[in-house]
Amino acid sequence: MIIGLDVGGTHTDVVLLSQDGLENRSKVLTDTGDLFSTIVTAIERITENVDPRQIHHTVLSTTLTTNAIVEGKLSPAGMIVTSGPGLHPDNFSTGDHYHPVSGAMDHSGREIQAVDENQVRQAAEKMRTDGIEHVGVVGKFSTRNPEHEMKISRLIEPEFAKVFPGHRTSGNFSFPRRIATTYLNAAIYPIHKQFFEAVRDSLTEKGITAPIYILKADGGTMDFNTSIDFPGQSILSGPAASVMGSVAFAEDPAETIVLDIGGTTTDMAVLINRVPVLVPHGIEINQFKTHIRALHTRSVGLGGDSAVRIQNGELVIGPDRKGPAMAYGGSDPTPTDALFVLGRVDGGDAKNARKGIQQIADQMGASAEEAARQIFDRTCRLILEQADEMVRAINSKPVYTVREALEGHQIKPGHLLVLGGPAPHFEEHFRSISDYNVSRVPQWDVANAIGTALSRTTCEVTLFVDTYRCRAIAPEEDFSESVNPRITAAEARAMAHELLMKKALREGAETDDLETDVLEELEFNMIRNFQLIGRNIRIKMQVRPGLKHDLQEIARMIHNG
Amino acid sequence: MLFAKHQTGLVFFPAFDWAISPTHPEREERLLYTQDQIMEEGILDIDGIHELKAEVVEIADVQRVHFCVPDPWKVMTESHFISAGGAKTTGKAVMNRSIERGFALVRPPGHHAMRVVHGGRGFCNVNNEAIMIEYLRRTYGIRRVAVIDTDCHHGDGTQDIYWHDRDTLFISIHQDGRTLYPGSGMADEAGGPNAYGTTLNIPLPPYTSQEGFIHVIQEAVLPILEEFKPELVVNSAGQDNHFTDPLTNMNFCAQGYARMTSLLKPDIAVLEGGYSIEGALPYVNVGIILALAGIDFRYVCEPDYNPDSLRQTKEITADVKIACQRALKTWKNREAMREKLIGNKKVDERRCNIFYDTDGIYENQFESLQLCADCSGALKIDSRADTGAHVLAVHIPTNACPRCIDIANQWYESANLKKFDAIYLQDRPEDAYRIRKK
Repeated sequence: MIIGLDVGGTHTDVVLLSQDGLENRSKVLTDTGDLFSTIVTAIERITENVDPRQIHHTVLSTTLTTNAIVEGKLSPAGMIVTSGPGLHPDNFSTGDHYHPVSGAMDHSGREIQAVDENQVRQAAEKMRTDGIEHVGVVGKFSTRNPEHEMKISRLIEPEFAKVFPGHRTSGNFSFPRRIATTYLNAAIYPIHKQFFEAVRDSLTEKGITAPIYILKADGGTMDFNTSIDFPGQSILSGPAASVMGSVAFAEDPAETIVLDIGGTTTDMAVLINRVPVLVPHGIEINQFKTHIRALHTRSVGLGGDSAVRIQNGELVIGPDRKGPAMAYGGSDPTPTDALFVLGRVDGGDAKNARKGIQQIADQMGASAEEAARQIFDRTCRLILEQADEMVRAINSKPVYTVREALEGHQIKPGHLLVLGGPAPHFEEHFRSISDYNVSRVPQWDVANAIGTALSRTTCEVTLFVDTYRCRAIAPEEDFSESVNPRITAAEARAMAHELLMKKALREGAETDDLETDVLEELEFNMIRNFQLIGRNIRIKMQVRPGLKHDLQEIARMIHNG
Repeated sequence: MLFAKHQTGLVFFPAFDWAISPTHPEREERLLYTQDQIMEEGILDIDGIHELKAEVVEIADVQRVHFCVPDPWKVMTESHFISAGGAKTTGKAVMNRSIERGFALVRPPGHHAMRVVHGGRGFCNVNNEAIMIEYLRRTYGIRRVAVIDTDCHHGDGTQDIYWHDRDTLFISIHQDGRTLYPGSGMADEAGGPNAYGTTLNIPLPPYTSQEGFIHVIQEAVLPILEEFKPELVVNSAGQDNHFTDPLTNMNFCAQGYARMTSLLKPDIAVLEGGYSIEGALPYVNVGIILALAGIDFRYVCEPDYNPDSLRQTKEITADVKIACQRALKTWKNREAMREKLIGNKKVDERRCNIFYDTDGIYENQFESLQLCADCSGALKIDSRADTGAHVLAVHIPTNACPRCIDIANQWYESANLKKFDAIYLQDRPEDAYRIRKK
């Protein structure tokens, strides 16, 4: 059996799945001040009367690291960066304990300036004095040649608890994003490590010794140990949980918009043939733009509890939430209250809901029913407008080849998949105001926890081959090997594939879950003085986010009820 | 926090799957390291810098500018449609005010493409800037446009297109034509009789360095722009004046390009040449983008940059001064020269021989211009190429007076189709392109 647990802002959802489908489900209130107890309580509830030895693995999606960043509760972390010419490295400062030192590589990984070891030692000494234990080391173009980062790491490693080299975080370009990503890994490392070790120990006490996986923002999972080294990948896994919970119910082949309607926000994503669309670069959170792989999601301030008001004669919904709906003791009218007035929901204080909607109706000069109808209609329409906006953003992504520019695939989703607490009420209205084929995810209110439980391990590898220098490197994997200058693109692809397999298996994947994609494959002739001197081959491959192969049957069972 | 003082749009279209031929300087790899540098510097993440997606230019946009023989599809590859489209996208975004300034980092280039196109010249088939400018004129009603061409090669294509247009100021700054392709761009090339002085050439001696270029901008270009008062300033931003460029002999550098851009403050820059793909383009492009956006570019420099070894000689400094003075003089005397050139003549005629080096085509042109005090004048070009093609191209300028419109229509209608493969009419006021064919 598998445990899937997703911590949300209000509720923590947990499910227990077996070969027979959904065995058990539970919701507990999230105590943001004590996530540990929340998680332990949720797992206790779901495993009541279950033999702990039957648990095959546990997957957790938490808001721990996300909250630490959003609330500015990061641990102090040091940074040593080598920049060289270009934008001044002070532009990318992570705050105190940020130390640019001399040393530079050019765009092809050739050393322009050697690392100044004295400056490195001075920076290390200063950080030791400041009580720093975790240090990120980042160089411009370190993905083309990680030598400087490795040298600095070697120099300072004996003096610190853990050193984080930037080239291991991603094969993508962008020095500022590499700095932000490496810094976040270092700054949330102690929080993440302490928390998850405590969770692991607590589960062990209860006899649950099966492996623990952590959900990532790209909708894949990583094993416990990988998460300790790269805790940044756990940031913003929340939206991914819901998207993965929807994957099995999207049409294939087709393009689907997923709408996870919550109390405060609606989170949106796009699936193409059941595969979620990723952001082109990486997560952006607070002031940090990172290399952390993530699903392309859009979160808008429209949900069941959005505050409703009349502003300059216009009906305004959200983006703020003032509290629960008036039907549940809140102070401001909400779309949920509108549903009460329309008689679509019950179980709350319908009178109070009507009181709230009546205030709006009076300002509109309409009946409470008419106001409720308009509030609900407007909420639905605004959500759909935002979904269109997201599709437009995905379609306006620039392309760099003639082939893509002329044949460029424009997505045009025809299927709308809704989940989240209020999903059933929205489903029907979406159908009546749009041309979408609308459906609801089964178990829509715990689909996020189901998605967490069913997701497979994902990862990415970037390989650069320079046949002139007879070298292939995959910085994320600390891989560097000499190659035959006649190496073909197909051989390079095979090499990248092998590296990807190794990485995936190391990070917790199982052999039958290694569905891969070539995300990018470019091959350039390198010409100097009108002579062909070599070829530059670049390959980026991923394990595609999706459901674990042996669990697809479970998803089907959930579908069929 | 890093942010752009000027909202700046970038269209990046490196055409990673297009080359003139496998080892040609204009090949797939050309903007690869530039892309790497721009991405690694994180420039697209800077607040106020926006990456725009290049559109595909339409046939009507091309035919508003060019007479393509026999038709646009025969002389353009797909990449040309997107490269010109990239310039158009940039121009639209500036006119819509979604950005303040824009840079189309596109290839293939276009500034050697002339009004009549039989094939490729100097790696160019259609003129990206002219296609953009005429689209913007048509769509947004702007009139006065300045094009400052800072490519190392003379912008002979743009010069040809705007030779008779007094609403377009074209200034080309380039390595002296006696020492470099295409050989033209002498100081006395200053436009046709109707538009004398709105074409200006400032040829510079080989080995001119930063000092010389900045002198030209400050002492000649800026004062002339000040007087011309353009609604739009376009920079044909070739990057082959760089000290590492394999095709040219200048000593300019990334710092210099950035400085020049910050002085020129173009609304739109369009990439032209530049073939030092590893040693120059990555740094020059970053410098230009930062300068456009108003971001500190002081720390941008090439790995092998040594300002002392690039200083220009006194002789060069003196020659640069003279070139500037000549351009200023031509500019000042333009009205008097127009009167003198027009005199009592009704029609001005000229013969041109044009070589398409990229495609190996020779073309002979016989051009007749209606001399006119009220507009740029009706124009017809009898063009014969050694491919066997023989066409007549009739052009009605945007601001044409009724008389010139009548004359041009008459030329088009009455031309003897037995003599030509095709007769074209490019009617700017009607935004129409008509063809008579056998």
